[in-house]
Amino acid sequence: MATTNILIVGVGGQGTLLASRIIGNLAMDLGYDVKMSEVHGMSQRGGSVVTHVKYGNKVFSPLIEIGTADIIIAFEKLEALRWSHYLSDTGTMIVNNQRIDPLPVILGTAHYPTDVMDEIKSRSFRCIEVDALNIARNLGNDKVLNTVLLGVLAKQLDMPIKNWLAAVEANVPSKTIAINKKAFNEGYNQSIW
Amino acid sequence: MKELLLGNEAIARGAYEAGVKVATAYPGTPSTEITECIAKYDNIYAEWSPNEKVALEVAIGSAISGGRTIVSMKHVGLNVAADPLFTVAYTGVNAGLVIVVADDPGMHSSQNEQNTRYYGKAANIPILEPSDSQEAKDFVIFAFELSEKYDTPVIIRMTTRVSHSQSIVELCEPQGQKLKEYKKDISKYVMMPGMAKARHIIVEDRMNNLADDSNSMSINEVETNDRSVGIITSGISYQYVKEVLPNASILKLGMVYPLPDKLIREFASTVDKLYVIEELEPFIEEHVKSMGIEIASDGLFSIQGELSGNIIYSKLTGKELNKKSPAAVPGRPPVLCPGCPHRGVYYALKKLKLHATGDIGCYTLGALPPLEGIDTCICMGASIGMVHGIEKTRGRKETEKWIGVIGDSTFIHSGITGLIDIVYNKGISTVVILDNSTTGMTGHQDHPATGKTIKGEPAPVLNLVELISAIGIKNIKVVDPYDIAKVEEVLMEETKRQEPSVIIFSRPCALLTKKKEKPFTIDQNKCRHCNICMGLACPAITRDGKTLSIDKTLCNGCGLCADICRFNAIERLVD
Repeated sequence: MATTNILIVGVGGQGTLLASRIIGNLAMDLGYDVKMSEVHGMSQRGGSVVTHVKYGNKVFSPLIEIGTADIIIAFEKLEALRWSHYLSDTGTMIVNNQRIDPLPVILGTAHYPTDVMDEIKSRSFRCIEVDALNIARNLGNDKVLNTVLLGVLAKQLDMPIKNWLAAVEANVPSKTIAINKKAFNEGYNQSIW
Repeated sequence: MKELLLGNEAIARGAYEAGVKVATAYPGTPSTEITECIAKYDNIYAEWSPNEKVALEVAIGSAISGGRTIVSMKHVGLNVAADPLFTVAYTGVNAGLVIVVADDPGMHSSQNEQNTRYYGKAANIPILEPSDSQEAKDFVIFAFELSEKYDTPVIIRMTTRVSHSQSIVELCEPQGQKLKEYKKDISKYVMMPGMAKARHIIVEDRMNNLADDSNSMSINEVETNDRSVGIITSGISYQYVKEVLPNASILKLGMVYPLPDKLIREFASTVDKLYVIEELEPFIEEHVKSMGIEIASDGLFSIQGELSGNIIYSKLTGKELNKKSPAAVPGRPPVLCPGCPHRGVYYALKKLKLHATGDIGCYTLGALPPLEGIDTCICMGASIGMVHGIEKTRGRKETEKWIGVIGDSTFIHSGITGLIDIVYNKGISTVVILDNSTTGMTGHQDHPATGKTIKGEPAPVLNLVELISAIGIKNIKVVDPYDIAKVEEVLMEETKRQEPSVIIFSRPCALLTKKKEKPFTIDQNKCRHCNICMGLACPAITRDGKTLSIDKTLCNGCGLCADICRFNAIERLVD
């Protein structure tokens, strides 16, 4: 089997690392070879962050090459657009439709594209737009937006739900297991595909 | 049992399985997690040393006295530790000594992309390069065997993509390691000229033996496949090659210094076209060329940045693998966090039109617009020596417009000696210590002034005021950086002073403070859109058209914006 390539992008502090660790551990438990690449250090401070997750029978490079991501999970719209050239010709973009202005936009030296969702869609074979932040907020914790997005992802992948839920349980703080599972289910049920 | 581990976590696991007694380090991306993970093993002594030189010296003492020892640092940290490095190659080690150095090609979190391989060659120390987490663990164990067999320190060179990638590692039981006997031997351990000359002969013999033996070392492997293309590679580049050129024949070097000449010659003779694929400078390539072997990759790759599968494929085949261009989008540079105690100080520096020599840490981010708070950033500790140098070339009057800015951890690392220099050589510079009670940028590591060890145990607290006073600084001010009026006042006062002075702006990193203050909000009736608050570059303050607002989920309640607002339009939210 060819590797499955999932790129997770967002803004430093949004919880992209946890999401990638859940997917990685799940894939390993299901018997796949797994490699992931993370960003630490400077760019974590509110900068653009990206995590690569790859699994399959045998994975060599931990990095997803341009044009080869099967799925991109974007925690923020501008980041979806920034990394959209990583998506393969048949890839799926899952995008949390939250907007977080980068500093140059706040300062007025750059503009946040007004038609950002249209542009993302025109650059993606398929695009699933999710209001993950509001779903998380309604559940009572903004931070679980990452498990909402994992729920959306789960529908796109062929891995058993009970394993997903076990992986969520094993990787989130013990006090937040219940709300994270709820968030996952909400995300799973959002997806129309 | 199998586990998904970061390359750095795998190094730690390797140290545990190899029976390491002592582990030392100073934090630095991308190496930090190694020693953080080792500290979790109860039976290994681990420490954050004040800097990499001390870390290596502690490690040498430990190894010479008989315990297996590992020391970790980022590439530029090895510059700091270079002094002991070159001479421990002469003395040898007794028990195994492994020096893990994490390079940062592409400069994800560094000020340069220097190549540690040259240190191995310059210091006569073998260098191993793992290509994934399993190898990171295995190579640590192998490195200890090598270190003890040849009585030499061994460098393991990681790169960001190996350190910060996770892959599956098979865990094993730790080997029991008894302490080796220590024997006093001044001809081996006292490197004065007469002894060192004798030891240099041993160093040369050792490197010759290692070079001979490298031809049959298990970590240097040939993968024979299609013989039309042969590739010599190592580390992460090996993984990229396997991904995009699965049919190529490969000589994978686990040890990149010294290089296995016989193996290279044999491999070269079996392939039609030979390429060397490596990141940064052509270290292996130059060696292969010096052997008179023709290589097709001569000058093919840049010495800058990282490689990728796409780059390798297009360079070797002339074809693009996946051609897609990025969309044009505004950049998203890293920023100081909401509530960061450094922000107010930078705001004041700009307002007072002060120049600052800067240093290494989160506060380096203050160089970017709109804060634009520092003029320079060279290396750990440089701010203090540099501001003194500016005084000596531009004179006292000009010095009133300059300060040196450094963090608490960086000051302890290598700022102290600069301050001694200012006092001793009758400087008048003002040094600002941004004391956030932690090593911030690398993810909150303790240091001698935080009162805790790497294992979280209570420790004596280095008193910065007493230390600075003992150095001979008479004017020391400790100020809360949230008190912006006081910040400005003390900066004006101390920069004018015709004596050296130190201002410690003291407040813990905003990410360490568990209890959040109530957030602020902007009263739209009072806001006159003057945008003065935008000058703080606070991620919690956003603008939509003309309307300014504060994201209450991001706001940490520091109140700096309310303090500088001229129209009292910013107030704290009440329940």
